[in-house]
Amino acid sequence: MSTPLLLDVRDLHVTYPSGGGVPAVRGVSFQLERGETLGVAGESGCGKSTLAGALLRLLPPGTEVSGEVLLDGENVLTMREDRLRAVRWTELAVVFQGALHTLNPVKRVGWQIEEAITTHERGIPRSELRGRVAELLETVGIPGRRAVDYPHQLSGGQRQRVLIALALACSPHLLIADEPTTALDVMVQAQVLRLLEDLQRDLGLAVVFITHDLSTLAAVCRRLLVMYAGRVVEDGPSDEVFGSPKHPYTAALAAAFPIIGDARFRMAPSGLPGDPPDPRHLPSGCTFHPRCSVARPECASRAVELWPAGEGRRAACVQVLDEVPT
Amino acid sequence: MSPRYVSGKVLGSLGTLAFVIVFNFFLFRVVEGNPVATLFRGRNLTDAQRAAMRHQFGLDGSKLDQFWHYLVQLAHLNLGRSYETNATVLSEIGAAAWPTIWLVGISTLLSTVIGVAIGIVAAWRRGSVRDHALTSFTMTTYAMPDFWLGMLLLIVFSVLLGWFPIGGISDPTSNTTGIALLADQAYHMVLPCLTLTVAYLGEYAIVMRSSLLDTMREDYLTLARAKGLRDVLVRRRHAVPNALLPVVTLIAINFGFVLSGAIAVESIFSWPGLGHATYAAIRAPDLPMLQGLFLVFSASVIFFNLLADLAYAYLDPRVRTS
Repeated sequence: MSTPLLLDVRDLHVTYPSGGGVPAVRGVSFQLERGETLGVAGESGCGKSTLAGALLRLLPPGTEVSGEVLLDGENVLTMREDRLRAVRWTELAVVFQGALHTLNPVKRVGWQIEEAITTHERGIPRSELRGRVAELLETVGIPGRRAVDYPHQLSGGQRQRVLIALALACSPHLLIADEPTTALDVMVQAQVLRLLEDLQRDLGLAVVFITHDLSTLAAVCRRLLVMYAGRVVEDGPSDEVFGSPKHPYTAALAAAFPIIGDARFRMAPSGLPGDPPDPRHLPSGCTFHPRCSVARPECASRAVELWPAGEGRRAACVQVLDEVPT
Repeated sequence: MSPRYVSGKVLGSLGTLAFVIVFNFFLFRVVEGNPVATLFRGRNLTDAQRAAMRHQFGLDGSKLDQFWHYLVQLAHLNLGRSYETNATVLSEIGAAAWPTIWLVGISTLLSTVIGVAIGIVAAWRRGSVRDHALTSFTMTTYAMPDFWLGMLLLIVFSVLLGWFPIGGISDPTSNTTGIALLADQAYHMVLPCLTLTVAYLGEYAIVMRSSLLDTMREDYLTLARAKGLRDVLVRRRHAVPNALLPVVTLIAINFGFVLSGAIAVESIFSWPGLGHATYAAIRAPDLPMLQGLFLVFSASVIFFNLLADLAYAYLDPRVRTS
């Protein structure tokens, strides 16, 4: 018998209760194997952070979530409270965006890491606990003595590393890194990413990276999902998705992050016109058609789905139907 | 907490106190009129007697001389003598301080504990029936004037039902001592204490509720839940302590004000404290006594503000270590 997939998300829908229901995620499905890396890309408001919250049921009360989130074959969405608490952080941990407010400002960072450990393991001697916290901090390149510091005494990059150490505290199998590098300067971003890559390789972790920065994802992840207006619009091996996008939205995202030194990006600043659609009033047909540079008349009415678009690739654009003979 | 922070705050407080002392002196010289004439109205005094009186009250000489005299006496903790009782103002205030400290201390303790608890329950289940009920209740008590509430309680529980004494701190007809006296005083304290507790708990509940609601939006609570903490622990370890910070400041500042602000309630219940003494001094008018009381009230507000600053710095590492 094959072991179940580490993560199997099936037809996930998330609707926020405000203003008569805001559909933030509309039917997202994807799978993740052990040790695999997956990137989720999209503009702010496309539902990618909501997706992260839904995986551990961390969304505000009143939010409607349907579909299935199978973690090691167990559905997180229907789990009992005590089982859910046990799964949180031991199976799946989240590296939150560490800008400023993710760590409790009035608790020492070491204490905040200890808390994660003691929540799941009882009766650990104090000295051992201290040792483990120091070890975790050393793993992410922070001297163990900084455990007694408060978050405001650390730099932005250090705080982000603390969040990573915190996420590793209970040796989870899966990390969700939700915009782990925003609000950090470019040098520090690169360090944090390299750290996550190393950890992923050394510990055999599966990692889901969530960010709007497609070029980062292409460098770090094996597979890529591109989300637009709460749906996956393209899915495939990351270098192929980034290198030769099948969906015009992916193409626009890729062009927004030029490769330094690549002649193709020279003198050709490109961006995507318009704003992401309001989830309450989504455009008809393909939700991307009002901003699409290659839209056809049929796009305003024709429903799109993820069609096969070559080896291991799928895209939700009518263009791919032209290429692939059916 | 750096010594620099502490010394800065202490110096600031002393500066404020110095300003209050100056202001207090000239305020009473502006409103004063002629106390000797007021006190001995209708009696025949010789000029010599009049001058002796003026000298005794320190009212001779120029305003500047008087001010210097006042400062020297203040340095010796001499606040003058009461026009009414001829006892020293310091001893009068000292005698009236304890009943007030007990009354205000106990009612502050009760109103903060109850108010904060109400605020927590209301905020944690925001929008629930319980939240609406509690918030309506606290809004009502917050809007209620304390003297009005005091009179209402007095009418219902003392006059109509006869459960509690009408006023005073102990039964004047008995001469019990020890535990029995203490019990009698506690019995007399019930209604004024209840009045102050109910009058102030609303503010604490409202502030705690909104502070906690702000805290509940913080990302570190999501992190705490993601770590697998029980709801109770998320609340007890992360939400409530952080939400309490602004409330602690409010409590300390309020305490300084309540010492002086119990004037109406003490007067209604004839509670022989500082508020009652103030009321009596205004009616007399007993200017040295009032001047002394004003000084004590201002000093207590300044002192508890200082305490609030230091407490905040102690509780919040962001202030403490920077």
